[in-house]
Amino acid sequence: MAGTTATAAETRPREEYPRAKGTLYRGDLGMWSWVAHRITGVLTFFFLFVHVLDTALVRVSPNAYDTVISTYKHPVMILFELGLLAAVLFHAFNGIRVMLIDFWSEGTRFQRPMLWTVVGLWLVLMIPAAISMLTRAITELFGGH
Amino acid sequence: MTTTEAPLSVDKPRSATRPAARRNNFELYSWVFMRLSGVVLLFLVLGHMLIMLFLDGGVQRINFAFVAGRWASPFWQFWDLTMLWLAGLHGGNGLRTVINDYARSETTRFWLRTLLYCSIVLTVGLGTLVLFTFDPNIS
Repeated sequence: MAGTTATAAETRPREEYPRAKGTLYRGDLGMWSWVAHRITGVLTFFFLFVHVLDTALVRVSPNAYDTVISTYKHPVMILFELGLLAAVLFHAFNGIRVMLIDFWSEGTRFQRPMLWTVVGLWLVLMIPAAISMLTRAITELFGGH
Repeated sequence: MTTTEAPLSVDKPRSATRPAARRNNFELYSWVFMRLSGVVLLFLVLGHMLIMLFLDGGVQRINFAFVAGRWASPFWQFWDLTMLWLAGLHGGNGLRTVINDYARSETTRFWLRTLLYCSIVLTVGLGTLVLFTFDPNIS
């Protein structure tokens, strides 16, 4: 990775780059996994906030709860739930990877293959999950009640 | 290689504007908490989502009677209570880190964190209250 990005800078004389300016970090795969971990975490947090409020309606009346929960059964909301699952699954598996990097002595050396493992595991679970949920959304849309 | 006089505009360690270093290990404990709660949440949340979205017809079967049936069991009450507290604190601590990273002024940081702490107290408090006072015979 370093070899490909540094070549452009090395062709110019060093003097053009005073130390204070530094070089722009264009990001490695590990940085993007960190970005994705943040985004999925924040999205999940916002859902948690909404989800506690909608569940709290069981304390108001069965009718109020059933009405609000029925919105989660709408085909569009099933897509949203699939997105939530995608976010949570990535956050969970990448979280395990972060812990292995922190605590396993070989963790940093294997951070990249571990990221591909995370992505692979995510795909293996997301594909059947997507098929199951999309089938349900389509059934709800056409053959539903 | 040339070096400039003041390489980076970072405050000198003893400058008056720089806040004193924290004297406690709060950030260490929060770091450890994120990892411990993360492992537990992995099982609680993925189990919860498997039950709610995939088993026995998924989200289509969820209604008041379904919730009442689940919360009749102390096992699921304990599951949901643990998940609520751990997720609230894990997510809240994560957002605290995000706010600390991106808020540019101390005023913004203060208000965003105040808003965050209020929302955590509201969700975790309300959720706990609902779990402990749930009445399956409410009209």
